[in-house]
Amino acid sequence: MLEAINLEVSYGGIAAVKGISFAVEEGEMVALIGANGAGKTSTLKALARLLPARGTIRFLGEELAALPSHGLIGRGMALVPEGRGVFARLSVAENLAMGAYSRRDHAAISADLERVHELLPRLLERRTQLAGTLSGGEQQMLALGRALMGRPRLLLLDEPSMGLAPLMVHKVFETIGAVAATGVTILLVEQNAKLALESASRGYVMEGGRITLADSAGNLLADRRVREAYLGE
Amino acid sequence: MDTFVQQIINGLTLGSIYALVALGYTMVYGILGLINFAHGEVVMIGALTALAVIKPLAGAGLPWPLAVLAGVAAAIAACMALGFVIERVAYRPLRNAPRLAPLITAIGVSMVLQQLAMIIWGRNYHSFPQLLPATPRAIGGAQITDLQIMIVAVAILMMAGLALLVNRTRLGRAMRATAENPQIAGLMGVDANHIVSLTFVIGSALAAVAGVMVSANYGIAHYNMGFILGLKAFTAAVLGGIGNLTGAMLGGILLGLIEALGAGYIGDLTGGFLGSDYQDVFAFFVLIVVLIFRPSGLMGEKVSERA
Repeated sequence: MLEAINLEVSYGGIAAVKGISFAVEEGEMVALIGANGAGKTSTLKALARLLPARGTIRFLGEELAALPSHGLIGRGMALVPEGRGVFARLSVAENLAMGAYSRRDHAAISADLERVHELLPRLLERRTQLAGTLSGGEQQMLALGRALMGRPRLLLLDEPSMGLAPLMVHKVFETIGAVAATGVTILLVEQNAKLALESASRGYVMEGGRITLADSAGNLLADRRVREAYLGE
Repeated sequence: MDTFVQQIINGLTLGSIYALVALGYTMVYGILGLINFAHGEVVMIGALTALAVIKPLAGAGLPWPLAVLAGVAAAIAACMALGFVIERVAYRPLRNAPRLAPLITAIGVSMVLQQLAMIIWGRNYHSFPQLLPATPRAIGGAQITDLQIMIVAVAILMMAGLALLVNRTRLGRAMRATAENPQIAGLMGVDANHIVSLTFVIGSALAAVAGVMVSANYGIAHYNMGFILGLKAFTAAVLGGIGNLTGAMLGGILLGLIEALGAGYIGDLTGGFLGSDYQDVFAFFVLIVVLIFRPSGLMGEKVSERA
């Protein structure tokens, strides 16, 4: 479904991603783990066309290089950015409506809204509230719900556990699991390697802008290097 | 007391005009963080375009209301096109440049438009025809003309329309989302360039109407009329809290009232030393006071909220 070949990203001459290649198949959840500054977020941003990148990105057989960022959601790719990025001065309902901005199929949008409310009942309770007044966990839920309103086939999640209380992290990952179960393909970037590998089926480990390990999630969880570097053992 | 009521009426008229122009400043600032100092010139182009259409049409025997409507429509169309072109040519290439660059460009655009208007319409003051019969109506010891009623009513209608567009439509939602975070809005499928163009076009349409109003109110139009008016409307936008639509409306009305009341009483207050020709001083006094004591304006939000 998604394929990156020799992806390179640099900020003002400093290379953050140094030529990585990876693939995500339809229906799987893939985790991209690594330490802070390993280039994970840069990778996601490059995929979402928010950062200029060299190399090839192919999504559903289409080359993404020439596409602007706002053309992605219509093709089925959504990003839940690091730090959530909800529109603080828009209400919860308006944030969700923004998620469906690219769509015109009103009946299906209402159906999806109901689905999102079922999945994330908190959002229904808070629908008239400004998103900026939500707690961090609720904002993460909103960001997720908003992305789902675009009916993505591929969901890019950037650090969904960041800054959340353990209980909330658990809830967020439960929801991510439920989304994956509906057939949405997920590429998950996480610092919390244990959580990420427990949810995903495959994983890549990034270090210093390169992919150093690629394996099934189970094998990575059992890998000595991963356990020492990322699981604190 | 008569002076008071009269100056309130004058202030509301003037304030309605300021509010319409201030909205243009504040909308662009809200989305781009840019002060479009050429906006005052758009007002001027609106007034002169309306004049250039109304006079010959009326001269050719078209009924007066139709000629006026055609003039206003032409002004709106011309200004919308102008706003679109200004953004495309002057600001878009500098979208990622340091903030000072588009500011200087804005002043440059302002000068170019003034010179252009001078070439087309000359340096003279043009008398602007009376759009409505000037018979005053008496209210509470003061007088109000049909034109003043019309100015306030049209301004209210336009502001209500804008508020509806921004707060109740899909497009308005996209505008607010883009103002808050263009990158994230882009991920939702919003083409930020599209929204920016739209913002300039809408602001310019309001400016065109304001231009016709201000010229009708004072009975004159000339190539240099946009400068001071633009500065005052900018002041109104800052007073209300730049970037905030309600603030711009409120700031415009308030500034109009402050100016009118100030001009009405400055003679009494200074024992005749200063006259109402010092009217302009009030706007800039307000600007200075606001910048010193409440730089975020009456309804402004903290700048740090922009992520």
